[in-house]
Amino acid sequence: MVSRPHGGRLVRRVATGARAERLAAEAREMHVIELPLDLAADAENIARGVYSPLEGFLVQEDYLHVLDDMRLADDTPWTIPIVLPVSPEELAGVGEGDEVALSYGGEPFAVMRVEEVYGWDKREYALKVYGTRDVRHPGVAKLEQMGELLIGGRLELFKPLPHPFSRYALWPEETRVLFEEKGWRTIAGFQTRNVPHRGHEYVQKAALTFVDGLLIHPLVGWKKPGDYRDEVIVAAYEALIDNYFPRDSIVFAVLRMAMRYAGPREAVHHAIVRKNFGCTHFIVGRDHAGVGNFYGPYDAWEIFREFPDLGVIPLFIREAFYCEKCGGFVNEKICPHSEEYRVRVSGTRLREMIRRGEAPPPELMRPEVARVVLSFENPFT
Amino acid sequence: MSGSKGRYTTVSIPVTLYERIKRLIEGTGFTSVSSFVTYVLREVVAQYEAEKGGEVFGEEERRAIIERLRKLGYL
Repeated sequence: MVSRPHGGRLVRRVATGARAERLAAEAREMHVIELPLDLAADAENIARGVYSPLEGFLVQEDYLHVLDDMRLADDTPWTIPIVLPVSPEELAGVGEGDEVALSYGGEPFAVMRVEEVYGWDKREYALKVYGTRDVRHPGVAKLEQMGELLIGGRLELFKPLPHPFSRYALWPEETRVLFEEKGWRTIAGFQTRNVPHRGHEYVQKAALTFVDGLLIHPLVGWKKPGDYRDEVIVAAYEALIDNYFPRDSIVFAVLRMAMRYAGPREAVHHAIVRKNFGCTHFIVGRDHAGVGNFYGPYDAWEIFREFPDLGVIPLFIREAFYCEKCGGFVNEKICPHSEEYRVRVSGTRLREMIRRGEAPPPELMRPEVARVVLSFENPFT
Repeated sequence: MSGSKGRYTTVSIPVTLYERIKRLIEGTGFTSVSSFVTYVLREVVAQYEAEKGGEVFGEEERRAIIERLRKLGYL
């Protein structure tokens, strides 16, 4: 059985037919707030249940609970504040109780009732969510550019946002039905923002050994400079799946959601989101959602102990490496050989090789994947 | 500045149980009987909630979703 949606009910706030037409017409008369892509994507994710049980951007009570307790005001686990920052100028004339149109690229796509307008302390946010105020952290740096006010309230989508990967854009209601149609009772979710190397493949297949199906679910959307471009990640996974995965055991889909690089908190957020897609299990990697040296390699494993009521089972799979003696990918627990035989997969080293136009050795990256990645003139953002 | 004022309430448990839990959590990661009880209750409540079942889609809605999944090549 697919997992129960987080909070008990899959949120669906997408207007269709006559109601969508009416909202679109009303939106033309409303105050318009233009959103960047990552916030517009958050709005669509709310409406389509990706962030169930949220029905809108957080109001202050929920926001403070998430910051302090990593839970919503009703005690539901929630670790990343989903907020809508605006400047006072953007909000000019809008008060609590008003309805506003949310717009992306000059096209209104949702209506939001402004339940609350409140200030926020970005330094407190940085410390509690990212564990640092260091502006070298990409999430902290991004905070600086955000508006000084937050608006909270429920929203309703009346027009889907254009999607660059519509072929792979599945929503929770779709993956849930898909898993049921496939007869899967246990599904592991795999989150990624990278092209796949052999270590990723090992982890995915280790998980797949114990569950019925695997959802490979890369994020597309905002990432820090130097990360792989979305189209490179998608093409690389197509090559891996075509050559090395049984098609009846995996589902490949993309999720448009900004990376926050919030380490442990974001690991829990990623798990909650995949639970809403129907996953019963979630793979938590080494330094999950980390960046630089801001988090310990296994901090993300520790935080899950605080959530006995998460409703999705974390799979802590150890870092994999290639062992020349074993002749394959193994991990610390199952390989008895010394470090001299071990070839560790370093994402930084792989990126350097790719930047130089060199194909990584096959024990680090499948040749079919390397060929695809190198076929892009510039694979990085 | 946010705080925790007003976020906790008191629940009564037998003193004998309190003492038993106090002994049990010695040397564990739990810093108080309250934190242990909160942890256990959340686990139990989540289990009860999970038994309420998952999402149910209407037949027509389900057919439309399956049709889209077929068009995309997922089924």
